[in-house]
Amino acid sequence: MKKEKKGWKDLPIGLVLEAGTCKDFETGDWRSEKPIWDSEKCTHCLICWIYCPDSCITVKDGKIQGIDYKYCKGCGICAEECPPKIKAITMVREEK
Amino acid sequence: MIVARTGNEAMAEAMRQINPDVVAAYPITPATEIVQLFSKFVHDGIVDTEFVPVESEHSACSACCGASAAGARVMTSTSSQGLALMHEILFIAAGLRLPIVICLVNRSLSSPINIHCDHSDTLASRDAGWLQIYTENVQEAYDTTIQLIKIAEQALLPGIVSTDAFIISHGMERVELIDDKDVPKFLGERKVQYSLLDVDNPITIGCLDLQDYFFEHKRSEIDAMDHVLPIIEKVQKEFGDKFGRYYSTVDEYKMDDAEIAIMAMGSTGGTAKVAVERMREKGKKVGLVRCRVYRPFPEKAMLKALTKVKVLGIMDRSDTLSALGGHLYNDARSILYESDTRPLIKNYIYGLGGRDISIEEIEKIYEELFDIQKSGKVDKNIVYFGVRGE
Repeated sequence: MKKEKKGWKDLPIGLVLEAGTCKDFETGDWRSEKPIWDSEKCTHCLICWIYCPDSCITVKDGKIQGIDYKYCKGCGICAEECPPKIKAITMVREEK
Repeated sequence: MIVARTGNEAMAEAMRQINPDVVAAYPITPATEIVQLFSKFVHDGIVDTEFVPVESEHSACSACCGASAAGARVMTSTSSQGLALMHEILFIAAGLRLPIVICLVNRSLSSPINIHCDHSDTLASRDAGWLQIYTENVQEAYDTTIQLIKIAEQALLPGIVSTDAFIISHGMERVELIDDKDVPKFLGERKVQYSLLDVDNPITIGCLDLQDYFFEHKRSEIDAMDHVLPIIEKVQKEFGDKFGRYYSTVDEYKMDDAEIAIMAMGSTGGTAKVAVERMREKGKKVGLVRCRVYRPFPEKAMLKALTKVKVLGIMDRSDTLSALGGHLYNDARSILYESDTRPLIKNYIYGLGGRDISIEEIEKIYEELFDIQKSGKVDKNIVYFGVRGE
């Protein structure tokens, strides 16, 4: 559901907002290509986790859990950095 | 206490008494002395200010923004090219509603390079969203520096208080200083709504603002500017009640029965007042309208003053380089458009690059305005007064 946008009189003075506003900015909308993670092939080397510029590789207890599509922009760095012998991440066309 | 001070010394004294939390500055002629003297106060432990000697005016204004967003009372000083180098950051300070105060000395902008007075520097930053107050003498520069801190913090907008290069900045005059203890009492503490340093209440400031919100934020900034004049009037009155020196947004001199008037800004106001007195001795009903507060433009008070006369000479120490004359001329003509009574107007661009303007020359302008009154028409609307080859 879309939030109603505020008029100018209801805005806080001086462009001051609460912290962490990026949380509401779901950059997953931007994606034209989508990384697909293969849990069978993955060796959990965490290289993709290090390289992802948007912290979209979710990890629990040192093991990769998947990709956070809410914020993943589909840049493809994870697929590029995944070691060639493993190839656990492949990019596919985003279909919505 | 009555002392002899130059404009720069008086502004430095005001800064000492204000004792701002942060001053970030870079020296430039003819404003150098202001921060030079102030940095000595810092070195000698007379003020508590964190002094940041930055490597450029761009950095000075940026450091001021950061400190002001952290909740500090922040001041700086500059002139001409220095203000031009701050230009980008001026808009950010205003948009983020940071009440920074600049003690500025008006100097021509290059090219040609020049260090003397005209108003082209601050007027080139006219639309940056800063309050602008132009002073006539050292006393007014000192008093306005103190007033502007209070005005800016109440309006949540940054402001510039300016003096004319060398004429005021280096001219020594009699000044009445306020007692050191009374300045902080008059100003009080800066009340902050938020602080970048408050880690328990984290905030986002200066975020990206695209098609969906930029216009709303800008509209709210415009609204803030629309509501500053009553704050200025209130602070001027409080200041007058407390220290005995009253100021108004528009300084009218002998305007009650005037038929002819000159409109001007800065130190020329003082020169013109002497010319008015001389003309009055000859029985000529002339007056002066000095624009003290230039931004926000005091439309109502200005309209009231300007419509008192039949002929008006507008003296601009700047040109808009738009084939439309000077800044005051454009503003005055704009507000007079809706008025039922309009004086005949002639624009005198004068004094660029510090070219002197004398009492006699201003008398000559008054005489010319009387000729216009007699003939009932203005032959040439915009003239360049005191330039060779005209």
